[in-house]
Amino acid sequence: MLNYAVRRLLSAIPTLFVIITLAFFMMRLAPGGPFDREKQLPPEIEANILRAYNLDKPLYEQYVDYLTNIVRGDFGPSYKYLDFTVTDLIMTGFPVSLRLGLYAIVIAVLFGVAAGTVAALNQNSTFDYLVMGFAMTGIVIPNFVMAPLLALVFGVYLSLLPVAGWGGGKLQYQILPVITLALPQIAYIARLTRGSMVEVMNSNFIRTARAKGLAERIVVVRHALRGGLLPVVSYLGPATAAVITGSVVIESIFDVPGIGRYFVNGALNRDYPVVMGVVIFYAVLIILLNLLVDLLYGFLDPRVKVE
Amino acid sequence: MSDAAISRSGSGRKPILSVRGLKVYFPIVIGGLIRKTVPLKAVDEVSFDLYPGETLGVVGESGCGKSTLARGILQLLQPTSGSVVWLGDHIEGLPAAGMKKYREDMQIIFQDPLASLNPRMTIGDIIAEPLTVHRPELSSEERKQQVREIMEQVGLLPLMINRYPHEFSGGQCQRIGVARAMILRPKLIVCDEPVSALDVSIQAQIINLIKGLQDSFGLSLIFISHDLSIVRHISHRIMVLYLGNMMEMADKRILYEHPRHPYTRALISAVPLPDPELEKNKKRLVLEGDLPSPLSPPSGCVFRTRCPLAQDICAREKPTMTVVSATHQVACHFWQKS
Repeated sequence: MLNYAVRRLLSAIPTLFVIITLAFFMMRLAPGGPFDREKQLPPEIEANILRAYNLDKPLYEQYVDYLTNIVRGDFGPSYKYLDFTVTDLIMTGFPVSLRLGLYAIVIAVLFGVAAGTVAALNQNSTFDYLVMGFAMTGIVIPNFVMAPLLALVFGVYLSLLPVAGWGGGKLQYQILPVITLALPQIAYIARLTRGSMVEVMNSNFIRTARAKGLAERIVVVRHALRGGLLPVVSYLGPATAAVITGSVVIESIFDVPGIGRYFVNGALNRDYPVVMGVVIFYAVLIILLNLLVDLLYGFLDPRVKVE
Repeated sequence: MSDAAISRSGSGRKPILSVRGLKVYFPIVIGGLIRKTVPLKAVDEVSFDLYPGETLGVVGESGCGKSTLARGILQLLQPTSGSVVWLGDHIEGLPAAGMKKYREDMQIIFQDPLASLNPRMTIGDIIAEPLTVHRPELSSEERKQQVREIMEQVGLLPLMINRYPHEFSGGQCQRIGVARAMILRPKLIVCDEPVSALDVSIQAQIINLIKGLQDSFGLSLIFISHDLSIVRHISHRIMVLYLGNMMEMADKRILYEHPRHPYTRALISAVPLPDPELEKNKKRLVLEGDLPSPLSPPSGCVFRTRCPLAQDICAREKPTMTVVSATHQVACHFWQKS
């Protein structure tokens, strides 16, 4: 198992290298630069700034420099947020995104699995259609529609919750972003769970479990859910990575100081090191979470040998 | 068939299982715009008694309701009507919780050995699970001990206890199924085509295993199969089903040597004989046509569309089970003709 994990991590290095290379050159292909202003800077000042950040060197030299710095663990300074390194920015933004994301994913799993399971056990009942209808709506409505709608209803009309802001991380400021993050995930997980549970509940070994005289609750929890949750587990890897690295849209609308906001601003300002840093961070997270999912798979399904 | 007729076949012993007029219908929705629900009569008016230590064979073509009958008896499917009496208690229509105390007495062995085992549990856990439900007072050590004993009895090595179902062959999986069914020492085991998915050599092993266990523990068996040779080997009495209806029921020897129903005769004539000379000269009764749809079964006798003896009366009147002898009943208007 440990052996397997180490081998998987080593094999991630080439993947990461390709991602870094692609991201680096695509960023540089985008027109404009980090220090372009409406008003043209005097040429000698611009040359000074470029020299300070080594942007005057040929591109391949910059690329080699960047790679060497990354290996040393140095992600460089931000061009926009002066006096901040990229590592500083990620360290301040990530805990906020992580907290919202973890809340959202826990809520999504609890509600999604519960709703999907009950829907599967009452296949084609009114409850089933209600859950699936809700799920379809949840998947279809984009978060940039859902977020202002929720803010309007709960913030403006009902005045129950703050419309936006962070308030130093007080609970009431987190509710709406978490709900907006969780809704489509609940919907997707509910559909996944229902689909695979319907299939598992019709399999022969469930009939065997009933013939043993097990209570229906035990048939569902012990025999069906373990198999029925496999697709949900494999979905959770990338989903968790996406949710905890912060939704660009949701963090902008609710003005949450998470990592997603730095990513957007970084891209808009051509703040190369910030964008690169976040991309690498995101890639590493996805690789780690996928590894975790594969290890979990071996635990949930003995036929999958992690060797 | 009258109650007296059924009990007469039992020669005075008390049956452990009495089934009367058992019907299992499935509602099928047909039609696009104008929908209507039509009952699919999977099992129609089946009645029989089962005695302690006896094996009742159930034969018939695919789709004639054999497996549905098994599940209707064990309440894995809700019967539409009729009664199932287990040692004096009516169990038809009981919910899962009410069935629990009967489940330890009546177990089932399924057709597909591998698919019937939860792929995510070790076989030790699979075999032990009935004990955890029905004998919660046992310690986990005692439970393990019983699992090892039953594994040995069915010909599995106890050291395989921590393996998963996919690591076993089909025959071994069916041995696991037998062990799981046997661990509570039930009084009845319904074998729903237990060997149809196995190689012939393995079939014999499993059949003899089941037969051996029956001799050791005095089990009653309901043995379902479409293989007449196997049923003949293991059964005391045999029931012939066609489109969910009983055609004939008799002691094994009588049924094979003096079948009364034209369907039974056709089935028996189709069994290949091991002697090539006899096989070459055998007269085969070949049935014309296909099995009618159980959604719209023929009026009167369901077999009449393929019956060589069919007359007008067969379309008008459904034949009832008639007593030929104490151990022989048949549902045919013309049983005396043969």
